[in-house]
Amino acid sequence: MSENKVNSVSQNKITALSGVFIALAMILSYLENLIPINVAVPGVKLGLANLVTIVSLFKLGLKPTIVISIGRIVLSGVLFGNVTVIIYSLAGAFLSILVMYIVKKIKIFTVTGVSICGAVAHNFGQIIVAALILENANIMYYMLVLAAIGALAGTAIGILSGIILKNIRF
Amino acid sequence: MKPEKEKLISIGDIVLLATVILLCVVVTVLLVTSREDGLEVEIVSDGEVVKTMELKKDAEYEVVTDRGTNLVVIEDGQVTVKEADCPDKVCVNHKPISMTGETIICLPHKLVIEIVE
Repeated sequence: MSENKVNSVSQNKITALSGVFIALAMILSYLENLIPINVAVPGVKLGLANLVTIVSLFKLGLKPTIVISIGRIVLSGVLFGNVTVIIYSLAGAFLSILVMYIVKKIKIFTVTGVSICGAVAHNFGQIIVAALILENANIMYYMLVLAAIGALAGTAIGILSGIILKNIRF
Repeated sequence: MKPEKEKLISIGDIVLLATVILLCVVVTVLLVTSREDGLEVEIVSDGEVVKTMELKKDAEYEVVTDRGTNLVVIEDGQVTVKEADCPDKVCVNHKPISMTGETIICLPHKLVIEIVE
């Protein structure tokens, strides 16, 4: 039935690719954990796993992206982290994917702009969880540092995603 | 197919990046300049104030919970965390705080150390 859809990826292919993408994202977030970035503010990181999220959002669509992100976070969390890590990551990922999906629809930015918005949204989601867990609204101030660094990291990841999206074929 | 038309970064992206960073810098500068020397430090564990201490007097206070311990030290009007058994040591590596609104946070121990007026 779906033989006629030349440009879109078939359902079977999406299922298979989702598995591959989850594995790839897990490797990237593990790799990232090996490189400690020592800044005074916790939560600063490059967001390598976001490469996978962006590529799958642009190539596979919203639903597979959500599945891939949840799969990656739960599996990585169980293997290398704990329940707190899973909660933080899920909050960040949820907000990030939602914002990136909307920004992508609006079409004023390239993939880099989408990535920047996603990075800032990711930080915002995590800081909200931190504020809720600590029952302290003052730590929202950290958002200022996180958003600035997040925007820079988002730019790097966005450009990288753009290069990947240009060259990837499936 | 439009392989060459898709740019990696557009003017819009750069404007977005610049806006976010500029906004953060401006708000940070406003916040920092409006800060004053604090008088007291409040130690909040799991959402409850467990100890309030004056900054004038040098003192030590050990926060012990079932999540772990943090040693809070007041020295020359500045507050630091000297020791902690948390995994990331973010609180120990944090610079000393003394101005109102400044905080040291230990996420694994749900601990917030905050300077108040």
